[in-house]
Amino acid sequence: MPRGILLAPLWTWLLLLVAAPLLILVVMALATPADGVPPFMLGWRFAAFAMLVEDFYYADALVAALRLAATTAGLCLLIAYPMALGMAGVRPAWRLPMLALLMLPFWTGFLLRIGAWIGLLRDEGLINHLLRGLGITDAPLALLYTEGAMLVGMVHAYLPFAVLPIFTALIRLDPALLEAAADLGARPARVFFSVTLPLTLPAAAAGFLLVFIPAAGEFVIPELLGPPEAQVIGRVLWQEFFQNRDWPLAAALALALLALLILPIRWFQRLGAGA
Amino acid sequence: MLIATALEKRFGAVRALAGLDLAIKPGEFFALLGASGSGKSTLLRVLAGFDAPDAGTLRLDGQDLRPVPPWARPINMMFQSYALFPHMNVADNIAYGLKRAGVPVEERRNRIAAALELVGLQGLEARKPQQLSGGQKQRVALARSLVMRPRLLLLDEPMAALDAGLRERTGLELRALQRKTGAAFIMVTHDQQEALALADRIAVLEGGRVAQIGPPQEVYARPATRFVARFLGAANVLEGRMRNGVFESAEAGADIAMGLPTDTVAIALRAEQIRLASADEAPSVTGILEDAAFRGDDWLMVVRLPGGASLRVLHNAPPPAPGSAVSLTWEAGAVVPLFA
Amino acid sequence: MKPGGVVRAVMLAGFLFLWLPILLLVGFAFSADRIPFQWGGFSLRWFGVLAANERLLEAVWLSLRIAAASATLAVLAGGGIAFALARFGPFRGRALFGALIGAPLVLPEVVIGLSLLLLFVALEGVIGWPAGRGAFTILLAHASFGAAYVAVVVQARLAEAERSLEEAAMDLEATPLVAFWTITLPLIAPALLAGWLLAFTLSLDDVVVASFVSGPAGTTLPIALFSMLRLGVTPEVNALGALVVLVVGSMLALALWLFGRGRA
Repeated sequence: MPRGILLAPLWTWLLLLVAAPLLILVVMALATPADGVPPFMLGWRFAAFAMLVEDFYYADALVAALRLAATTAGLCLLIAYPMALGMAGVRPAWRLPMLALLMLPFWTGFLLRIGAWIGLLRDEGLINHLLRGLGITDAPLALLYTEGAMLVGMVHAYLPFAVLPIFTALIRLDPALLEAAADLGARPARVFFSVTLPLTLPAAAAGFLLVFIPAAGEFVIPELLGPPEAQVIGRVLWQEFFQNRDWPLAAALALALLALLILPIRWFQRLGAGA
Repeated sequence: MLIATALEKRFGAVRALAGLDLAIKPGEFFALLGASGSGKSTLLRVLAGFDAPDAGTLRLDGQDLRPVPPWARPINMMFQSYALFPHMNVADNIAYGLKRAGVPVEERRNRIAAALELVGLQGLEARKPQQLSGGQKQRVALARSLVMRPRLLLLDEPMAALDAGLRERTGLELRALQRKTGAAFIMVTHDQQEALALADRIAVLEGGRVAQIGPPQEVYARPATRFVARFLGAANVLEGRMRNGVFESAEAGADIAMGLPTDTVAIALRAEQIRLASADEAPSVTGILEDAAFRGDDWLMVVRLPGGASLRVLHNAPPPAPGSAVSLTWEAGAVVPLFA
Repeated sequence: MKPGGVVRAVMLAGFLFLWLPILLLVGFAFSADRIPFQWGGFSLRWFGVLAANERLLEAVWLSLRIAAASATLAVLAGGGIAFALARFGPFRGRALFGALIGAPLVLPEVVIGLSLLLLFVALEGVIGWPAGRGAFTILLAHASFGAAYVAVVVQARLAEAERSLEEAAMDLEATPLVAFWTITLPLIAPALLAGWLLAFTLSLDDVVVASFVSGPAGTTLPIALFSMLRLGVTPEVNALGALVVLVVGSMLALALWLFGRGRA
């Protein structure tokens, strides 16, 4: 069978649109910024990487991104596990509607949901309006453009991705295991901690990483909901590229972000292979 | 009709077919019997054309089959999982091959009706495979193959997915169908009862090779090797060697028989051909009764011989108490010499 | 409270948290007040304002076209790649092949956007194509990560569909091409459709990658929305949100109805 004929366009696709861009990223990180269109000169200099090491602004941005990602993923996990437990506990006929209820917000537009949060949290927003109307405050609370607003937005955007793997794992759990544990004299809490939790821990880890990996590179939510000082890597990369037009530095930042994410990504892929 | 010689097939380090020879006659019901990993499924896939042999020849009525792709071979196959197309109803499943072969609509309709009648599924044309029972699915798969009027039909474990209660009857129906259509059937199975009961001839496969081939009664009564004797069940195998015209078995701790060929390396002795010796008879061996189990028609006794080996013996009266010494005997002709 | 009660309470709170902002967004779209999220009586005026905003409507139309085209391309590429992975057995470079199709699933958006932009700039510099950036480069970029999602969905379906179905077809005189057309394709059609919808939504939702690879002529809806949100919300955004929720909701209801009918 002429497999080669079928494989050739697919290889072209993957090499051109996935492999080549990543290689060009490396080439760009070694180039020098210049005035012109496009704004760089090719070369083999490590100036951009040196800048990452020398200027703590960039290291701080990487740390801030990892912290934001870890906090978001941790919060998501904390909410997602009991949510998934609750969803898995309903009658089987209700599972599909539950799943729809979980995933539907994802289909309503990411930016519109952030827009809703802006409308709720800003000084003249709904929450401040209500607080004043009820006489609790008399001056608007600064809710928008804070760490808190950013975290709320992040958790809102990523929560379904943490619930999904845990819910799936809980459903697949063989009820006979739980019955066997109960039959062997375990009380419900003990069944949960000795059987359910250990068996769904890989799924919980997958849920954590499913949030952590994209959250580490997040740009839009810190930009629209976060405080100006929340300079995470996604934002810094964006500014270097769009405002400072320093393409080599932006490329070096992208590579640094990738390097930091390689371990979580490998871990995630191992979890996927084991499932 | 079908002649395979010296077939070889490797999967990495595994030699699934190791110089296998086979000849199938027109219109016979042939069973390939073997344990998993014996090469029986690989052989079927090579015959159907899904796997190409690494070496050897494959001829159907003199035509070299090796360059012929599966869709052009006059051979059809029934899959173990039945492989019914889930998005088509029963009639469309059966029609599939006829459409590909360009059979005109009118003839197609007649042949589908005839095939459905053949397997007794009239009236289920519009059902989807998911709406059928296991036995009905098996019949649809059979009808889908038979409607192509193959000269050779391959059946991969045709009864494996059925309930135990359904197997016996389905097996007999399968043989009746085979007689009616006149096609040669090659059935792969790991169930020796099924093979012995249905086939005109059986081949026992071991390690990608034919260990023995012949009519069921012959293979059952005269196994050629230790493997065949053990695989067909019920036979005791005792190791030993010929010395001065006597077969000495160390594991039995006794001389078992006389006058066997000098190259005998072991003997097979069927459990039902051993009996307790009466007081005035000279026993063939003596031993200790270790255990006995009632099986309905008879008792299965396990007798430990002085050399350490144990013999399985079928006995049709209540056995002595476990731990008793027992004397056993058998007719001279019951001992089957094994040469490998 | 019993443990079951805590679990149920967290679940309800979680769903409320996910849904409340969306429901408020839709509800206040019908408010007459100039300030978003303030109730000024029922009115459809902001839908009228939205309908008059030609730039935004143009952006919507452009986004829909890009999403449809990129999803179609993603299904062709991602479906083909999934088929190769599921059915071709071992071939040279299979591990790399699999790693490359999976990469967009784990790469951060900013990395995908920047690297694809650099690719388009490099291609233009070397072979002069694609000349400039805009709708076409966004389309290609969206197709490249959409294909990754399509491949995952289709591969799962192919793994579920037995290999022996295709073999059975070939045993019944179907050539491999006919077997693919009559057996494989109908069986994976739902996965292809699901993959298309997923790629379509991802394209319609993407602001980061599109911002990198678009030129002045490539103002998609998310890019337009993003610059609007930077300045704060307007009631128009509410109206747009309400429309999207209504459209998506009715499409989903239709899908569920079709699904239910298909099963009955």
